[in-house]
Amino acid sequence: MCTTCGCHTGKARINGKSISHHQHSDKPMYYQLVDSSRSHPHAAMPAAQLPNTFYFGTNTTDTHDPAMDQTKMIKIERDILVKNNQYAAKNRHYFMKHGIFVLNMVSSPGSGKTSLLIKTIQMLCDKLPIAVIEGDQQTDHDAARIRATGVPAIQINTGKGCHLNAHMVNHAIQQLPLEDDSLLFIENVGNLVCPSAFDLGEAHKVVVLSVTEGEDKPLKYPDMFHAADLMLLNKCDLLPHLTFDTDLAIEYAQRIHPEIPVIQLSATQGNGISAWLDWIKTGHHSAVLKKQSLLHNNITLD
Amino acid sequence: MHEISLAENILQLIEDASLEQSFTQVKTVWLEIGQLACVEQESLRFYFNVVTQDSIAQQARLEIIEIAGQAICNQCNREIFVASYYEACPHCGNSALQVIQGNGMRIKEMEVE
Repeated sequence: MCTTCGCHTGKARINGKSISHHQHSDKPMYYQLVDSSRSHPHAAMPAAQLPNTFYFGTNTTDTHDPAMDQTKMIKIERDILVKNNQYAAKNRHYFMKHGIFVLNMVSSPGSGKTSLLIKTIQMLCDKLPIAVIEGDQQTDHDAARIRATGVPAIQINTGKGCHLNAHMVNHAIQQLPLEDDSLLFIENVGNLVCPSAFDLGEAHKVVVLSVTEGEDKPLKYPDMFHAADLMLLNKCDLLPHLTFDTDLAIEYAQRIHPEIPVIQLSATQGNGISAWLDWIKTGHHSAVLKKQSLLHNNITLD
Repeated sequence: MHEISLAENILQLIEDASLEQSFTQVKTVWLEIGQLACVEQESLRFYFNVVTQDSIAQQARLEIIEIAGQAICNQCNREIFVASYYEACPHCGNSALQVIQGNGMRIKEMEVE
């Protein structure tokens, strides 16, 4: 099984097509076949770090006969997500080299991520190139909504998967027309738990909380609010009709992540959008400057 | 439910090591899981059993070593133990803490034959 994308099941798809593992670049991940029933054309590569080996019964003062016991201890000492993180690093290098500012949008389902992206694209698309990667378990509805704004979008269907991973994003960016100095939104699967653990190579995770949810979402799902660098409080135009306590929600978020900035906005009515756009422009400007600085100093990331 | 992805990643690392080290069976796997890591241990154990079926780790016992969460208080600079992200410093009550340990998850070692 390709455990990063789960493609043994044939469920993970990009724009409706199964992910092919021969589009990997010069440094493929080292997948292994598990058994013949899972035969799958991944290239086998040696592990990057050779584990130290400790053999039981090799001590000369020990009367134990090593030939009688083949058990040995192997040091691994590797992060469980090492492979995802290698892809994330590769994606991040690519983005840095091309001055692309990447935001990983995370939230529970129904917080208004796609509507917010559409509004954001409408306000920014005449100022800078934008592209979108959409993640959902099924359908390409969201990518179709984004494409209707005129910007390129690619849909990743995760099948049974509950989050995007860096490998899927690596495939998607090979298929997207991505311009230098552009803005890339990755709309993650609606899920406030799992996407927090998976680095995609983004500059920032942005968590969207809508006021139709509970104020205590940050306390209930602390990992996501800890991992995010910005919280957007969406659907604020509905506040007069709700009992949602904005100050309490912000206090809870800042209890998990003390310095997290919060922008209150409404994707449908446009309130507060300008603060969000300013935040994006600042980050985008930094990404472009970083690329220029790398070029100027002849620093290559390859 | 991302624990299934984690279990699959563990199996992949085991299989990588098996090619390097030429072993055919895994008896025990020791994981180090931080108290603050986004992992539900029972769920991980369940999925580990599922994904290792018909693999060299089919018989493997999973041992989880829990690594305590530790942070430095941004206000009083003391090192404290924390079990969750929303705890405040027990000394000064400040909730701005910088986590220094206990948010990772890794395979430590294996007993194989």
